[in-house]
Amino acid sequence: MSDTFLKRNPSVLIFLAVLALFVLGVTLLAEGAGAGVISTSFVKTLGKTLCLALIAVAMDLVWGYTGILSLGHFAFFGLGGYMIGMWLMYARTQAIVVSSLAEAPIPATESEIVDAIGNQIFGVVGSREFPLIWMFADSLVLQLVLVVAVPGILALVFGWLAFRSRVTGVYLSILTQAMTLGLALYLFQNDSGLRGNNGLSGLQNLPGLDHVPQATMSIWFFWASAAALALGYLFAAWIVSGKFGSVLRGIRDNEARVRFLGYSVEGYKLFIFTVTAIIAGIAGALYYPQAGIINPAEIAPVASIYLAVWVAIGGRGRLYGAVIGAVFVSLVSSWFTGGQAPDLDLGFYTLKWVDWWLIVLGLSFVLVTLFAPRGIGGLVDLWSERRQPDRHGADLGPGAGALREKEASK
Amino acid sequence: MRISLLAGLMVLLTSLAALAQQASAQTAVDDPAPMQSLLQEQSAVILKSSRKTIAPAIAAIAGSELPQAQAVLQAWQAKALWMRKSDGLFFRGEKLESKSYRLFDFDSGAVIGEFPKSDLKQIKPNSGIRAMIATALVQFQLSDPDPARRHEALLAIERAPAAALLAPLRASIETEPDAGIKARKTRIAQLLTIAHDADEARRVETINAMSGDLGLDVRATLNPLVATQLQAFGGAVPEALNIAREVMPGDDALSRDAAYGLLVGAKLAPPLISKDEIRTTLAGHIEGGKVGGVPIAQLNTDEARARAYAALVAAERAPAQITEAEVTQSLNDHIFAEVYQEPSQAITTAAEAALTSIDTQVAIGQTVDLTLDALSLASIYFLAAIGLAITFGVMGVINMAHGEFIMMGAYTGYVVQQVIPNHTVSILVAVPLAFAVTFAAGVAMERLVIRWLYNRPLETLLATFGISIALQQLAKNIFGTQARPLTAPGWLDGAWIINDVVSISYIRIAIFMLALIFLGVFLFIMRRTRLGLETRAVTQNRAMAGSMGINPERVNMLTFGLGSGIAGIAGVAIGLFAKVTSELGSDYIVQSFMTVVVGGVGNIWGTLAGATMIGFFQKGVEWLNPSNTLAAQTYMILFIIVFIQFRPRGIIALKGRAAGD
Repeated sequence: MSDTFLKRNPSVLIFLAVLALFVLGVTLLAEGAGAGVISTSFVKTLGKTLCLALIAVAMDLVWGYTGILSLGHFAFFGLGGYMIGMWLMYARTQAIVVSSLAEAPIPATESEIVDAIGNQIFGVVGSREFPLIWMFADSLVLQLVLVVAVPGILALVFGWLAFRSRVTGVYLSILTQAMTLGLALYLFQNDSGLRGNNGLSGLQNLPGLDHVPQATMSIWFFWASAAALALGYLFAAWIVSGKFGSVLRGIRDNEARVRFLGYSVEGYKLFIFTVTAIIAGIAGALYYPQAGIINPAEIAPVASIYLAVWVAIGGRGRLYGAVIGAVFVSLVSSWFTGGQAPDLDLGFYTLKWVDWWLIVLGLSFVLVTLFAPRGIGGLVDLWSERRQPDRHGADLGPGAGALREKEASK
Repeated sequence: MRISLLAGLMVLLTSLAALAQQASAQTAVDDPAPMQSLLQEQSAVILKSSRKTIAPAIAAIAGSELPQAQAVLQAWQAKALWMRKSDGLFFRGEKLESKSYRLFDFDSGAVIGEFPKSDLKQIKPNSGIRAMIATALVQFQLSDPDPARRHEALLAIERAPAAALLAPLRASIETEPDAGIKARKTRIAQLLTIAHDADEARRVETINAMSGDLGLDVRATLNPLVATQLQAFGGAVPEALNIAREVMPGDDALSRDAAYGLLVGAKLAPPLISKDEIRTTLAGHIEGGKVGGVPIAQLNTDEARARAYAALVAAERAPAQITEAEVTQSLNDHIFAEVYQEPSQAITTAAEAALTSIDTQVAIGQTVDLTLDALSLASIYFLAAIGLAITFGVMGVINMAHGEFIMMGAYTGYVVQQVIPNHTVSILVAVPLAFAVTFAAGVAMERLVIRWLYNRPLETLLATFGISIALQQLAKNIFGTQARPLTAPGWLDGAWIINDVVSISYIRIAIFMLALIFLGVFLFIMRRTRLGLETRAVTQNRAMAGSMGINPERVNMLTFGLGSGIAGIAGVAIGLFAKVTSELGSDYIVQSFMTVVVGGVGNIWGTLAGATMIGFFQKGVEWLNPSNTLAAQTYMILFIIVFIQFRPRGIIALKGRAAGD
C-alpha cells in the first residue's frame, strides 16, 4: 500500500529528501549543535518558517484542493499558540513564584501559590484571579490536547454552521474573515482572560529546562518543526492522493455536480476544514515558543490573507507549491523588511526597501494572479513537461465552467 | 464693539452719579462715617488677614446694608484697601507715582490727600480671602446694571451655592429687567431653595415643582438630599434618624463580609483574623523548627496552620480567631440601616419621588439619544458600504481595495485643505475631486486587473488585496504613519442640543443627510438612467445584453468607477470625524462587506437595512456594556455569523432571475 502511494506520488519522496537534507545542513552549521555558522536567531527564523510552511500546506488542502478560500486559518494557528503559551507561562511563573516563596519562613500553601501566580500573570491587566479558561493551564498534557481540540472544535462548529447553510465562495471567505476579526477583537479585551493586547510572553523559556541554552533549544524546536512539517506533508499527500482527494478536487471544480453524484459535499468540506484547522493549531503551537510572544495582533485578518498570498505565489493545488511559497515569501519578506536589503538608488529617489517592500509584494501578487496562476510551483511543470489545457479565450456558454473558444477549436 | 463700549461708559456714568447721590444722602444720617466706624470695629480681624478668622468681618461689611459696602469689598478684593498708620483709619488707595498714594474716604468719597507709602499699610488678602469676598460681592453684583456682571454673579452662585446667597438672589428677581437672566435667576433660586432654604414646606414644594426636569443641575441638587450612609445599630434604630431602609446582611445590597466589616469599622465587633495575619503570627513564633508543636515543613496546608494557630491561642500567645458562629451572632445582634444624611423625612420622600420621575424622563431621553447614535452609526456604515453595494452587490466583484478608495478620498480632502485654507470651500472642492480621483483609480483598476478575472471571484479577492496592501503602504510612504487632520467647516461644529440628555452633533446629522442623498442618487442612477439600465442588463445576462447593442466592457468600467467614486466621497465624510490614516479603509472594510452581505447582495434597500441593523445592534450592545466597545464589535460579528445561518442570502434576498444563479 505504502509502496503504491509513494510510487503514485514521487514528489513526496523528493520533498522529504530535500527536507531531510535541509535539516541536516542546518543542524551541522547551527550554533547549538554544529559549526556555529548559523546564529541561534536565524535557526529560530528557519524553524518558524517551517511552521509557516506547515500551515501553508493546510491552507493548500483547504483552498488549493477543496476550493474553500478560508481567511481564518491564522486564527486557528494563533489559538494553537495561545493554548501552548498558557502552559508555558503558567509553568514558568509557577517555578519563579515557588522559588521566591521558598524563602519565606512558613512554607506556602497550594492556594497561596496559585494566587501568587495569578497575581504575576494578570497583574498587567489589573486582575489577579484565574479565569475559567486557565483551568487546565497547570497540565502540559491537557494543554496539548487543547492545542488540537480548541481550533478543531471552533472549526467544526463554525464550518458546520457555514456549510450547512450553503455559504460558499467569496461569502464564505468574508464570513471566515469576520470570524477572525471577531476573535482578534475579543482577545484584545483585557477581560478576555488572555491578557488583552499584552498577549502571552516569555514563551521561549521551557519550564524546568533553564540549564539548556537557547542555542540548543532552538535546534530542538527546529527538528520538531521539521518533523511536524514532514508528517503534515505526508498526511496531506495521503489525503489528496486517493478517492477522497478526487472528491475534494471535484468539489473545487463543480460543487453542484459532486452533490448530484450523491456525495455529501458538506461532510467532506467540514472534514477538511476541521482537519486543516487542527494542523494549523499544531503549527501555531510549535511557532510561538520559537517566537517567544503571542498577542492578538498576530491573528488579525490580514495575516490569514497573507497566508493565501503565500499559497498562491507558491502555486496552489500542489503541496510542495504551498511550502515553496511560504518559505520563499516569508524569508524574502523578512530579508527586505529587516533592513538587510541594500537601498536602491534611482538617482532622483532612494528606494528604501523597508518602505517599499509591501508595495512590491502587493503588485507582484497581482501579477502572479494575472499572469502566472500556477505560481512558482508552475516552474516544475516546465521541467516535468506537464501540459495544462490551454483555457484562454472567450466563453462559449453562459457558465464559468463552459468550454472556451480555443479549446473548442482544437 | 464700539456701541457696547459706549453703553458701558453710560452705565458707568449713571452708576457713578447714583453713588454720588447716595453719598450725599448718607451725610444726613447722624453717624457721619458709618463705614469707617464699622471698619474700625473689625480692624483687628482685617489687619490679621487670616482666612480662618476673617469671615465675621466680611459678613459685617456685606450685611451692613450701607451703600458703600460694595465699594469697600471691591477695593479690598483688588488689594486697594489701605490703613493710615497715624490713626488706623481705612481708605481706598490709588497709586500716583512710585512711592505715594492718593487716599479716598469710603463714606464721603472725598479725596483725603496724598501720602507716601511709608505712612500706610496695605491690606493684602490671600486668594482664599479674595474668594470669600467674591462670594460676599455676589449679592451686590446680582443687581448690577451691567448684565455681564449679573451673569458672572450667577455663575459664581452656581459654582459655590450657599445658603446666604438665597435671600439676595430672591430679592433681585423682581427687579430683573432682562427676561433671560430673570429665568436663570428664578431657576437658580429654586435650586438654592431645594438645597438650603430653612423653610421645609417651601423646599418640598419646590422639589415637587421641579420634578421631571431633565437638567443636570437639578439632579446634582437632588442627589445629595437622598445620599445615604450604611450604619449598624446595637439596639433599636433611634427615632430621630431619617431611615431610608433597613437591610439584612446577606442581601444583594449588603454581603455578610461587608456587614461584618462595617461592625468592625464601628468598633462594634472584634476584627477577623485573616490568613495573612495567621501566617505572620506563625512566622513570629517559630521555636526550634516548630510552631505550636507543628513542624514548619508541614505548615503548607491551611488545616495544619489552623492547628498550629489554635495551639498558640491555647498558650495565650495569639488572639483567638473569630468563629463563624460568633460572626453570625454579631450580625444578628445588630440592625443595619441606610440612613439619610438629610434629617427631614418629608424632603427625602419628595426628593426620591422627584428623582424617580426624572429617571423615567432620562431613560426616555437616553433611548432617543441611543436611537440617534445608532442612526448615525448606521449612516456611517451605509456610506462606507454603498460603493461596495455597487461593485460587490451589483457587479459581484470582490474589491478588497474598497477600503483604500475610502482612504484615498479622505487623503484627497486633506490635500485640498492644505491648498485651500477656507474649510467650507475646501470641502466643496474636495467632494467632487475625491470622486474624480477614486473614479479614475477604480476605472484603472477595472481595466488593468479586474476585467481579466471576472470568472474567478476568489482570485479577484486576492488580486485586489494585493492592490490594497500596495496602496496602503504607498499612502504610508507619502503621508507618514501619523494621523492627518481633515477639519470640518465651522458651521458643522457643535451639536444640536435638545436637552441635557439628548444631543447630536451637526456633523453626524450632515453624514445622515449625505447617506440619504447617496441613497437617492443610487436609486436615480440605477432606475432612471441609461447607465443603470445597461448595468442591470449586463449583470443579469452579459451575452444577451451584448447582443442588444450594449457594450459590456464599457458598462462594467463605468459602473466600477461609479462605485469607487462614491467610496471616495464617503472617505471625505468619514475623514471629517475619524482620524485620516493609511489604515482608515481597512477599519471599515470587513464591516462594509458584512453590511452588504447581511442586507442582501444586489439590493440597495438591503444594504440600507443591513447598515441599520448592524448600527442599532452595535449601539445596543455598547449600551448594555458601555465600557467595552471591542466587545460590542465581537458580539456584532458573532451575531452576523448566526444571522447568516437563518437568512443566508441576507435580509432582502433577490428572487427569480435577478438572483443570477
